[in-house]
Amino acid sequence: MSRAETAALIDDLLAGKHRALARVISKIENRAPGYRELVSELHEHTGNATIVGVTGSPGAGKSTLVDKMAETYRERGETVGVIAIDPSSPFSGGAVLGDRIRMASNVGDMDVFFRSMSARGTLGGLSTATTDAVKALDAFGKDRIIIETVGAGQNEVDIVGTADTVAVLVPPSSGDDVQMLKAGILEIADVFVVNKADLDGADRTVKELKEMVHMRDASPLAGTAGHHGADAGPDDDPTGGVDDEDDGWTPPIVETVAKRGDGVEEFLGTLHDHREWLASSGELESRRRERYAEEIRRLLREEAADLVRTEVDTRGGLDAYVDAVVAKETDPYAVAEEVIAPIRDRIEEQR
Amino acid sequence: MSTQDPEERTVRCLVAKVGLDGHDRGAHVIARAFRDAGFEVIYSGLHKSPDEIVQAAVQEDVDVLGISILSGAHNTLVPKIVEGLEQYDAFEDTLILLGGIIPDEDREGLKEMGVGGIFGPGASMEETIEFVRENAPER
Ligand code: B12
Ligand SMILES: Nc1nc2c(ncn2[C@@H]2O[C@H](COP(=O)(O)OP(=O)(O)OP(=O)(O)O)[C@@H](O)[C@H]2O)c(=O)[nH]1
Ligand SMILES: [Mg+2]
Repeated sequence: MSRAETAALIDDLLAGKHRALARVISKIENRAPGYRELVSELHEHTGNATIVGVTGSPGAGKSTLVDKMAETYRERGETVGVIAIDPSSPFSGGAVLGDRIRMASNVGDMDVFFRSMSARGTLGGLSTATTDAVKALDAFGKDRIIIETVGAGQNEVDIVGTADTVAVLVPPSSGDDVQMLKAGILEIADVFVVNKADLDGADRTVKELKEMVHMRDASPLAGTAGHHGADAGPDDDPTGGVDDEDDGWTPPIVETVAKRGDGVEEFLGTLHDHREWLASSGELESRRRERYAEEIRRLLREEAADLVRTEVDTRGGLDAYVDAVVAKETDPYAVAEEVIAPIRDRIEEQR
Repeated sequence: MSTQDPEERTVRCLVAKVGLDGHDRGAHVIARAFRDAGFEVIYSGLHKSPDEIVQAAVQEDVDVLGISILSGAHNTLVPKIVEGLEQYDAFEDTLILLGGIIPDEDREGLKEMGVGGIFGPGASMEETIEFVRENAPER
């Protein structure tokens, strides 16, 4: 993509053209030539949206809830962007992206911009694409951005980690699910949502979650989000939210029936509270700083790796080096030094 | 660079059901075949209005918009979709396919409107997929 094309695409996006926004996201997803310049240009226009991640087990009702969230925001006159991530088929690389079908309340409303993304089974990369796509929505001027992804594994944890606030959906009567949540997802939850509260077992699930949240708070390994002291018992804080004694945040547990829209206002209220807490506690600032730091680290890693890979290729490829190592003509350390030394020298010269 | 070879760009398709037409077997068959061919498929679900289809096609930035109509309403629905795509500057670089029950005498007119290919009952999946690979728009 030429400089002029990049500029035109960015201008169109900033002017509110949906097609341009959609195309920018495609370029980001495809890592199409020139996408880096696009994302660079977006940066200065970002920072106005709130970003919420919605995760949870398959079929927990995430898309249905996101639809109702979007509808409620729209009633308040706010614009919404949604990125819904579906795992791709492991065999063909193809995928049926099924989240959009639940966006029934916002059909025909272009102020809800809904975009399906597949995991594309490639080298991680997905959290990079998500972060960048969120930037595009933010720069476009969306007030509220929601990221939906299935909560299974590190990839998803990384993805929702790009949000300011993470909501974890837990369906009722799933003792197993609550157990499962302990692996990774629990730590990142700012809010728990027991969706399908119309089904049996919701009360039990709420109770189990409460116990778990308090156990986490009591643990010395408690993450940055929860600051409860070890003395906090399960009955101390039945609602969660901002803690009285130390102004920390304990993940509240809200109940919803997404299908009917019940509890959605309360849920959005809780998200709002969390947002306020993020801002007043300085956590928003520090989360954003950490995100930028991680983004820079990741880009440097990728760029450096690319640089070295190209260098190895132009020197005859890795296989040739391996042959030489096998033949005891050289060794891996010497190879690494041989490839890196000229790069290092160049850098030192330029300093 | 870790940028993708444009030749291998993942093809994105929207498989759309418009209007009151409740025949969804063909749409499901096509969606699955596209997925297995390595495409990313977004299925609209039943009973969508032309506006909804346009919204989805624009936002999802699909290369291919596949419309499935067995109700006989193609001559009224397709123009509305084409018009909507034009409104968002999305008509030029979207390949529009039509499937379902489309009488021969209507086909010429639909193609003039901008439909790239028409696939009726018994259409071979291989041919359809090949057609998409060959005609998916350059971007
Ligand atoms: C099964 C069927 C039904 C089922 C549908 C079940 C379902 N969930 O799909 C039921 C019983 C519910 C039904 C109801 C009706 N049906 Co009916 N039905 C059929 C029948 C016998 C087969 C359709 C089918 O599923 N074929 C199998 C699939 C795989 O094939 P396909 O859909 O054609 O898809 C292939 C291609 O067309 C193409 N394709 C399709 N979509 C797409 C999209 C893209 C992007 C691409 C590339 C290709 C593509 O690829 C597919 C694979 O080769 C047809 C007759 C026929 N032989 O086609 C009548 C038929 C479609 N029905 C008809 C009618 C009139 C009705 C009813 C109005 C009442 C009635 N008289 O029976 C209701 C209306 C229901 C509604 N709300 O829309 C008429 C339509 C007449 C017309 N268009 O002028 C037909 C043609 C029968 C006839 N000869 O009169 N029907
Ligand atoms: N009983 C009940 N069913 C619900 C509720 N919310 C959603 N569902 C149903 O649960 C099913 C799955 O809903 P989705 O919104 O697609 O769930 P999801 O978590 O997005 O699913 P994936 O994206 O596939 O992981 C659908 O059939 C919904 O109608 C609810 O509050 N109560
Ligand atoms: Mg979903």
